Amino acid sequence: MFNKVDARGRSCPEPVLLTKRAIDQHPDGVQVIVDNTTARENVKRFAENSGYKVGIVEDGEDYLLTLGR
Amino acid sequence: MDGKQSIILTGAIVGALAVALVKLGNPINMGLCIVCFIRDTAGALGLHRDGVVQYIRPEIIGIALGAFLAALKSGDFNTRGGSAPFTRFILGIFVVIGSLMFLGCPLRMVLRLAGGDLNALLGLVGFAVGIYIGVGFLNNGFTLKRTYSLQRAEGYMFSALQLALLYLLLAQPDFIFFSIEGPGSAYAPVIISLAAGIIIGVTAQRTRLCMVGGLRDLIMFKDTHLISGFIAILVVALGGSFIIGTFNLGFIDQPVAHADGLWNFLGMMLAGLGSVLLGGCPMRQIVLGAEGNIDSVITFMGMLVGSGFAHNFGLAASAAGPTANGRIAVVIGLIVLVVIGFLNTEKAMEVRMKGDVDINV
Repeated sequence: MFNKVDARGRSCPEPVLLTKRAIDQHPDGVQVIVDNTTARENVKRFAENSGYKVGIVEDGEDYLLTLGR
Repeated sequence: MDGKQSIILTGAIVGALAVALVKLGNPINMGLCIVCFIRDTAGALGLHRDGVVQYIRPEIIGIALGAFLAALKSGDFNTRGGSAPFTRFILGIFVVIGSLMFLGCPLRMVLRLAGGDLNALLGLVGFAVGIYIGVGFLNNGFTLKRTYSLQRAEGYMFSALQLALLYLLLAQPDFIFFSIEGPGSAYAPVIISLAAGIIIGVTAQRTRLCMVGGLRDLIMFKDTHLISGFIAILVVALGGSFIIGTFNLGFIDQPVAHADGLWNFLGMMLAGLGSVLLGGCPMRQIVLGAEGNIDSVITFMGMLVGSGFAHNFGLAASAAGPTANGRIAVVIGLIVLVVIGFLNTEKAMEVRMKGDVDINV
């Protein structure tokens, strides 16, 4: 079961900050849900720079990012 | 082309266009200045009556329309709002008051540096300090909460407003004021300014170029993505100012600038802090507004109203230096922003988790 962060609607750079806090607590992997491409790209870049592999699934207006080692 | 190359290229385009706009008529070291240009537009609409800074700047219209078209085409267009709109309006007012103390938004600060204006170094230090304070708030749980989805048509209104401004610029009805002297009377041909704005709007939308995001992400996440655009603008505009012969190293006799170091510092500190709390610099607010972010539209309206206040109340500095009223306004602004920062900080910020795990960080 993944830990899930809901960063929908948050303005820059809060989605990244929430992701950072989540992976600090759960370094094995987290899921992040965002609702705009800016947040999607920012979280993806941050996760990759932190050494995670990122899978992205589009879900209606949202994007579900799965961060794993 | 990867993300980093695109943002460096975008920065280079912005730097080159800024220099070209000076060559073609914009004030020196002011090929682009988002806050100054919003202020000029406010003056043209009669929201202030400072006769030397009144002109409907096509660059602003172009940036908004370019970003709108790019967002429509890419599918990024998405109308949303509701994240502390009135707080953002107030922040917009104070970002303008800080910028007009310094005499330039973060973008013009870079262009002033590129032109050899060393006063901008103090502005840059103040800007960095403001960002550092803002990052402290973010790290402690500052948030203006989330946005929500709105009717798509709501998102079109900002671009409609830009088209209306374009009409007023071209039709020049009697009730519109255009400066006949001063910085407001210095401008490149409309079609070129508009085209430059559109190019910047498209590229800035695609790359999410942001002047405040660069230092912020560097401090927060050691992420050099956005700062590379910032540096590209500086490098290209520096080269360009040598080419067109406007480079002039020093503190005194700089174009549309004053040499009061303390207030250059504090002005940009206010602008930097306000921009971090808003989540982006003035240019980025226009781009976000064009993408359908109504909170950024409200911020734009705050900047428009704030520039009216700045000149009606004698808050804006001039080449002669800061005014007493301006100093008071900047201090009030710093206090208000710190209070906003604390009031919107959620202690033990809750990260919503599924899977029976509740954590407080």
